[in-house]
Amino acid sequence: MLADKDRIFSNLYGKYDASLTESRARGDWDGTKDILSRGCEALIKEIKDSGLRGRGGAGFPTGLKWSFMPGRLDDRPSYLVVNADESEPGTCKDRDILRHEPHKLIEGCLIAGFAMGAVATYIYVRGEFYNETVALQCAVDEAYEAGLIGKNACGTGFDHDIYVHRGAGAYICGEETALIESLEGKKGQPRLKPPFPANTGVWGCPTTVNNVETIAVTPSIMRRGASWFSSFGRINNSGTKVFCISGHVENPCNVEESMSIPLKELINKHAGGVRRGWENLLAVIPGGSSVPLIPKAICDDVLMDFDSLSEVKSGLGTAAVIVMDKSTDIVAAITRLSQFYKHESCGQCTPCREGTGWIWRMMQRLVTGDAGMDEIDLLEQVTLQVEGHTICALGDAAAWPVQGLIRHFRSELERRILDRAKAA
Amino acid sequence: MPTITIDGEEVQVEPGTTVFQACQSIGIEIPHFCYHERLSIAGNCRMCLVEMEKSPKPIASCAMPAADGMVISTNTESVRLAREGVMEFLLINHPLDCPICDQGGECDLQDQAMGYGRDESRYLENKRAVIEKNFGPLIKTYMTRCIHCTRCVRFMEEVAGVPQLGGLWRGEDMEITTIIESGLNSEMSGNIIDLCPVGALTSKPYAFSARSWELRKTESIDVLDAVGSNIRVDARGNQVMRILPRVNENVNQEWIGDKTRFAYDGLLRQRLDRPYLRNSKGRLEPVSWAKAFSAIKNRLNNLDGSQIGGIAGDLCDCESMLAFKDLISGLGSPNIDCRQDGAALPPNIRSGYLFNSGIAGIDEADLCLLVGSNPRIEAPIINARIRERWLRGDLIVARIGEVEDLTFRVRDLGGGASTLQDLISGDHDFCKDLKNAKRPMLILGQGPLARIDGDAILSAVRLLATRFNFVKDGWNGFNVLHTAAARVGGMDLGLTPKNGGLGTRAMRKAAADGKLKALYLLGADEMDMSDLGEAFVIYQGHHGDRGAHSADVILAGAAYTEKSGHYVNTEGRVQRGSPATQPPGEAREDWSILRALSEVLGNTLEYDNISELRRSMIYHVPHFAKLNAIENAVWEKFGESGEMDLSGGIFKSSIQDYYMTDSISRTSKVMAECSRCFIKIDGATGTDG
Repeated sequence: MLADKDRIFSNLYGKYDASLTESRARGDWDGTKDILSRGCEALIKEIKDSGLRGRGGAGFPTGLKWSFMPGRLDDRPSYLVVNADESEPGTCKDRDILRHEPHKLIEGCLIAGFAMGAVATYIYVRGEFYNETVALQCAVDEAYEAGLIGKNACGTGFDHDIYVHRGAGAYICGEETALIESLEGKKGQPRLKPPFPANTGVWGCPTTVNNVETIAVTPSIMRRGASWFSSFGRINNSGTKVFCISGHVENPCNVEESMSIPLKELINKHAGGVRRGWENLLAVIPGGSSVPLIPKAICDDVLMDFDSLSEVKSGLGTAAVIVMDKSTDIVAAITRLSQFYKHESCGQCTPCREGTGWIWRMMQRLVTGDAGMDEIDLLEQVTLQVEGHTICALGDAAAWPVQGLIRHFRSELERRILDRAKAA
Repeated sequence: MPTITIDGEEVQVEPGTTVFQACQSIGIEIPHFCYHERLSIAGNCRMCLVEMEKSPKPIASCAMPAADGMVISTNTESVRLAREGVMEFLLINHPLDCPICDQGGECDLQDQAMGYGRDESRYLENKRAVIEKNFGPLIKTYMTRCIHCTRCVRFMEEVAGVPQLGGLWRGEDMEITTIIESGLNSEMSGNIIDLCPVGALTSKPYAFSARSWELRKTESIDVLDAVGSNIRVDARGNQVMRILPRVNENVNQEWIGDKTRFAYDGLLRQRLDRPYLRNSKGRLEPVSWAKAFSAIKNRLNNLDGSQIGGIAGDLCDCESMLAFKDLISGLGSPNIDCRQDGAALPPNIRSGYLFNSGIAGIDEADLCLLVGSNPRIEAPIINARIRERWLRGDLIVARIGEVEDLTFRVRDLGGGASTLQDLISGDHDFCKDLKNAKRPMLILGQGPLARIDGDAILSAVRLLATRFNFVKDGWNGFNVLHTAAARVGGMDLGLTPKNGGLGTRAMRKAAADGKLKALYLLGADEMDMSDLGEAFVIYQGHHGDRGAHSADVILAGAAYTEKSGHYVNTEGRVQRGSPATQPPGEAREDWSILRALSEVLGNTLEYDNISELRRSMIYHVPHFAKLNAIENAVWEKFGESGEMDLSGGIFKSSIQDYYMTDSISRTSKVMAECSRCFIKIDGATGTDG
C-alpha cells in the first residue's frame, strides 16, 4: 500500500482548506521559481524520465506529448489546455482535485506551460461542475494576486495567464479536439487528425491538451524527482494514480495508489471489499465506462495498469473501477452504457451516429431476451463496424463495453433468449 | 513532390494533395458522400475509407494528406468491409422510398448502394423520422432522408456566405436546419439541391413533376443576368422542367444563381404565342402574321428613316440583334440603341464596356473597388467568386455606393460622385491602398452609368483606373458589370446610334414630342414607356410585359430556351445557347421574324438562314467566330469628360429586387414568392406576410 508520505494529493478528501496559504503549507508552490529555472528541456526530460502517462484515459506518454510542441520555434503563440471536462461514467477524480487541490493544478499549469513555451492555459471545466469552477477560479485569483501566475509569474520573468472556461455538459467535449472546438465557441465535434493539436489547436495555434490529474502531478514530480515517481508501479506503467472505486463495494471512494496494484487488493484495502464478499463479485469495469468489463476470474489477479489490463482485452482508462456483484443485471447495466453513448455521440460520423443507436436498441431487446440467437453475432458485427471507423474514439468507446459483454457473458445473453422463447 | 503507392502503383503528387485526390488522379474511384472538391473537408461520412500501411485503423482518404512513402490499398477485403459497414449504417435510418423520391435515378446513395449495399436489411428497429423544415419557396426538404454529410451547411457558410444552416442537436438526433425557420436568404441557395447526395433537399418547384431519365437535356446559356452561366435545360415534351448548372471553371464554376435555376416557370406564363394588333377600339386583338406585317408596312412606308427608332432589350440573342440592326438601318434610320437603360457605355470601344479582368481574373486580384454596383444581386456568381477570393485572404474590397451585405467585409468609402472625385485627386485615405495594390480591379455597375451624368462618371472612373494603374501589362482591372445578357453582344454588334442618331433617352423624348413616329422594341421591357406620345410602337418579344402593353403591334418571338443564339457575357465571352423546346403557338425565332418582315417592307435582309446570318455576324465582328473564348480588348481612350453631378446622391445599384429583373422572372410565380419572402419592402412591419 502506498505510504502517506508518497501521496501527491494529500488533501484529496478535502479535510483541509484549499486556500493558497494552506496549500503552501502542504508544499505547493514551494520553489517553483527554481523548478522553472532548470529550463524547458530539463523539465520535459524530467517528465519523460518519470514515465508519466496521460491520466485522461488514453495513457499517452506525457513527456513525449510535450516535446511535440514547437515552443519558441514557432511564430504563433502556443497554448496549454487542461481537460477538466470529466464526464466518463464512474470517474470522479478530477472533480476532487479541482475543489480540494486546485493549487496543484495551477502550479502544474505554470510548469507545464513553461516547459512547452505556452503563453496561456485554458482550463475547460465540465459545465455541471459549478462549485468546482468557483473553487478553481478562487484559487486562480489567489495565485494571480500572489504573483504566482500572470505577468512575471513567480518572479521568473515568464508570463503565463490561466483562464477558466466552463463547458456546457457534453461528454464529447472531453475529446481533445472537440474540446478545442467548444473552447473556440463552436459546436463540440471532434476535428480530423492530422493536423494534430500540437500543430493546429486552439485558434489554429500549437496546443497541448492534458488531463487535470496529469498536470496536477507534475509539480510533485519536479520536486521529488523522476526516479521517485517511477519507483511506483511496473516499468512503462509508473507512478501513482487516483483510482475511483464505485459500485457494489462497502466503501466507494477515490484513492491515490501505486500503479500496478492488484485489483483485488485495491478493492479490499480501500473500498472495504465487495458487498457480501469477494466471491459475490460478478464483474468489474476497471477503467470507466468505455473499457470492456472483466469477469471475476480475471479480477482475481489482474494488476491495475495500462499493460496488464490491455492484456486481458480491457484498459486502465481513467482508472474508474466500477464493481458489480452478482445481484447486477449485467445486460441491463451495459445497455445503460449503450444508451449513454447513443445520447452522447456528436452525430458527425456515420458509423457512430447510426451505430450507437442500433447497438442500444438491440441491447434493449437483449435485456429481455427479445431477440434471435443470431442477433448476438449481429450485435458484435455492428460493434466491429463502428470500432475504428470514426474520427474520434467515442465510437470505440461505445463498441467496447458491448464487445466485453459478449466476450464474457455470451451464455447469459443466450439464456435470456432461450428463456423468453420457452415462455412464449 | 511526395510519392505514394496506391494499390501497387507509384504516384507522384503535388504537396497538399489528399490521398483521395491521388487515387482519383490515377483513375481509382473512391466512393464518397461528404467530400466535395469545392467545399472544406468534413471527413464525416466515412465512406472513403482506405487502408494505409502501418495504420491500425482504415483512414478517411478525403482528409488524409498524401505523404511521401505512404502505401495505400483501396481494394482489400477490409476496405470493402469498412465501406459496406458504412453503407449499412447510412441505410438503416434512410427511408426506402426511392420510387417516390425526386432524387431517384440521380442519387449518390442509390448508386453507391448498388456497389456496397446489402440485398436485405439486418435492421429490425424502428427507423428515424425527422420533421420537415422550412427552407423557403425554392428548396423542398425531406429530412428523414438526410445522411448528415453537411455539404449544404458547408456550402451556405463557405460559398454562399450566408451561414443560415447548421446541425442542431447531437448523435442520431442531429438535424440539419436553420435556427429560425424562415427560408434560406441567399441568391445561391439552389445549389444545395445539387450538392445534396440524397433526396433530402430537392427542388420545390420541380417536385414530383418528372423523373430525371425522362428529360431531354440541352446544354445552353443563361440570360437572366450578364454572367452567361453555363446551364443544362431539362425539358419534357415542350416544357422546360428544370435548369441545372454545367461546369465552366472560367464562368460559373459549378454554381448558378437562384433566378437562373428557378425562373423557368415564367416561360409558361403570359407568353405571346401569336401576333397582335391594336384595333380601332384601342384593344389588342390576335391577328395573322401577314396582317401584322402589313399593318407595320402601312405605318412605316410613309415615314422618313429619322422618324423611326429601334431599341433592343436585355434578353436578345446576337443573331436577332444583328438582323434588327440591319432592318432598322435598311429603313434609313440612324436611331438604334441596345442600352435601354441609357447607360453611358462607350460605342465601339470594347475595353470601355467589358469586365476586362474576366471573371476568373478575380482570383488574381488583390484589391476590388465597387463603384455603384451590388454584385450580390446583379451577378451572384461573380459575388461568390469575389467571396472565394476574399476568403483566401489579402483582398481588400471597398465600395462607393449603397451599404449592403455582400457576404464579405467591405470598406465603405462614401456614397457618390464626390468620393470618386476625392479618390481621383488623391484626397482620400484609401488612395494609399490603391497605390499599394499590385492587381487592383474595379467593378463599375450600371446604376451610375445610367444616370444623366453617366458619361462623366465613366470618364472619371477611367481616370481613376489610369491614375492608380488598374491597367498594366497583362492586367486590366477596369470592369463594367452588366446586368443584361444582351448588352455586350449589342455593343459588339454596334447597336448604338449612328451619325447623329438618337439614343434611348433621346428617342423617348422625340417620341413624346411627336418627332419620332415609330418605335420598334426588340424585347425591350425595362424602360419607361409611360410617355411615348403618338408613336407607333412595334413590340417583338416573348412575354406580355411592359413593352407589349404599350405596343400597337406585337410580334411573338422566342424565349432563350427556344432558340439557338449567341450571347456575349459581361467579360466578353462569346457563348452559344441551344433550343430545348419550341416557341409556343405561332411564335417564331426572332431573327426569322425580322427577316420575314424585311421582305414585306421591301428591304430584304441578305441572309436566308441562320448560318448565313452567323457568317455575316462573324464578317462584321470577327470574334464571334471564337466560341467560349474572350477576345482581349485594347485599352483605348473613352468617356466624355464632363462634370459629375456631385449632388446627384449616392450611386445605386441598377437592380432593387434580384428575383424580378426581366419579363421572364417577373412572370415567374416562384420568383414572385421569393421576392415576397426575401426582399425587404420599405415600410413593411414584422407582421407583414
